[in-house]
Amino acid sequence: MTAYLKLDHIDKSFTRGSQVSEVLKDIRLTIDKGEFVSIIGHSGCGKSTLLNLIAGLTRVSAGAVLLENKEVDSPGPERAVVFQNHSLLPWLTVYENISLAVSKVFGRTKSRAERHDWIMRNLDLVQMAHARDKRPAEISGGMKQRVGIARALAMQPKILLLDEPFGALDALTRAHLQDAVMDIHSRLGSTTIMITHDVDEAVLLSDRIVMMTNGPAATIGEVLAVPLARPRRRVELSSDRTFLRCREAVLKFLYERHRFVEAAE
Amino acid sequence: MSIQTIEDTKVKAFPTPAKPAAVIAFTAKARRRFDPIAIAGSLATALVPPVIVIAFMLVVWQIACSSPTASLPPPSQVWNEAYDLIAHPFFNNGPQDIGLAWRVLISLQRVAIGFGLAAIVGVALGALVGQSIWAMRGLDPVFQILRTVPPLAWLPLSLAAFRDSSPSALFVIFITSIWPIIINTAVGVRNIPQDYRNVARILRLNQFEFFVKIMVPAAAPYIFTGLRIGIGLSWLAIVAAEMLTGGVGIGFFIWDAWNSSRLPDIIVALAYIGVTGFCLDRLVAAVGAFVTRGTTAK
Repeated sequence: MTAYLKLDHIDKSFTRGSQVSEVLKDIRLTIDKGEFVSIIGHSGCGKSTLLNLIAGLTRVSAGAVLLENKEVDSPGPERAVVFQNHSLLPWLTVYENISLAVSKVFGRTKSRAERHDWIMRNLDLVQMAHARDKRPAEISGGMKQRVGIARALAMQPKILLLDEPFGALDALTRAHLQDAVMDIHSRLGSTTIMITHDVDEAVLLSDRIVMMTNGPAATIGEVLAVPLARPRRRVELSSDRTFLRCREAVLKFLYERHRFVEAAE
Repeated sequence: MSIQTIEDTKVKAFPTPAKPAAVIAFTAKARRRFDPIAIAGSLATALVPPVIVIAFMLVVWQIACSSPTASLPPPSQVWNEAYDLIAHPFFNNGPQDIGLAWRVLISLQRVAIGFGLAAIVGVALGALVGQSIWAMRGLDPVFQILRTVPPLAWLPLSLAAFRDSSPSALFVIFITSIWPIIINTAVGVRNIPQDYRNVARILRLNQFEFFVKIMVPAAAPYIFTGLRIGIGLSWLAIVAAEMLTGGVGIGFFIWDAWNSSRLPDIIVALAYIGVTGFCLDRLVAAVGAFVTRGTTAK
């Protein structure tokens, strides 16, 4: 069986003038269809760069990103991104923001009425149908991120890429959104890659956690499978043995073996 | 189920604190809108100070120009001699004897054409310069030099090129007002957040879709700043250009009045020009505020 998404010996370096800085080195990873994978690491380790490579927003320096055996070389709606700061267009309403994506992706294949139904279905999925005529400035941060998720889902992507989607939210809102993402993942079975620096979040949501070493030339240090049954409930898990073991493993990796050394910056 | 209940509490918990604030804001607004005393009050604070200042200036002017040897007419003389111009802006007694409002409208028509063209070309060029690093490197120095050329310096060249005064005047308006439009649009386009560009790339918007759906709305506040400066400059330019090219505009009227020593007429015309320029500026600002109401609030 071939992998759904394959990261094949990826290197990435940025050149500024005569200085070449190596960000990622020899990244190898395969992800199956329907899997939820988190990528965790200290800030500056190139997590977001890796996500941008998968999204096609940045080109790899060497190696290849293969989705269903086809090389990714440009961004596209089959790899939808939910950005950390939501990136909704402020001059469009919630509905219009999603409509922009839907009419671009399904403009030829769906009729106007079908597109409308599809937009409303995705808004319902994130429980934001009530705010369809609001502009992004009129809704809370958590709501904006819900709309961002709805916009990404509305593209019907093969892979959903979440770039620290809850990083800018308060702890309570974050928990609500994590539940919403788990709920959506269980309903749609969407293949998802999430960047995070929150250990609990990674363990709660993921099937596997990819732990990155510190940069420069960061690479995958360890991959941890999270053998917890779904649906998962945060309250029950907080005393679950497997949950605690996974959590400890990630913490040990991040704070003992690959401690973030600020002086190295 | 637990997700649902958490959701419900959240939906209830979050908008509630926001709502009373909104209600308070609305009532405050509503009170102001329907309270005649408050309207009169705010109108008075807006109108009384400028009225006092203008009255004071008129008095000083009257005293300063009252002596028989004064070179400029006092306000009383302006009122008496140019009364028909002040009281009847729309009279029409033949081709060269028309009210000042007609003359202003003719000048405005020229501004509309010249400035309209400048707006279209300026936004397009500005988008190009903002979007392409090579276009910017090549064109920006040229723009920076050309934009400092005074409007009237273009006139002889455009008269030579067009061999007619009417298109020359339009060209002077165009060339005067286009620079701030280009430069501000370019800055606006350069400042489009990378996130919006990434959204466009993921959606695979083509160049035209990107221009219409992302670039113009995102850069709209900058574009309207440019348009506002541009319309002010084009109004400056048209009066000057008309003084030299002739015709029936407000600029030529001033030149004509000077040649026949009708100083009170010139003073009235100046007031017309000032008020019109002010209105143009406010018009563009109001359109800009309306169009960008979603963009500026983030």
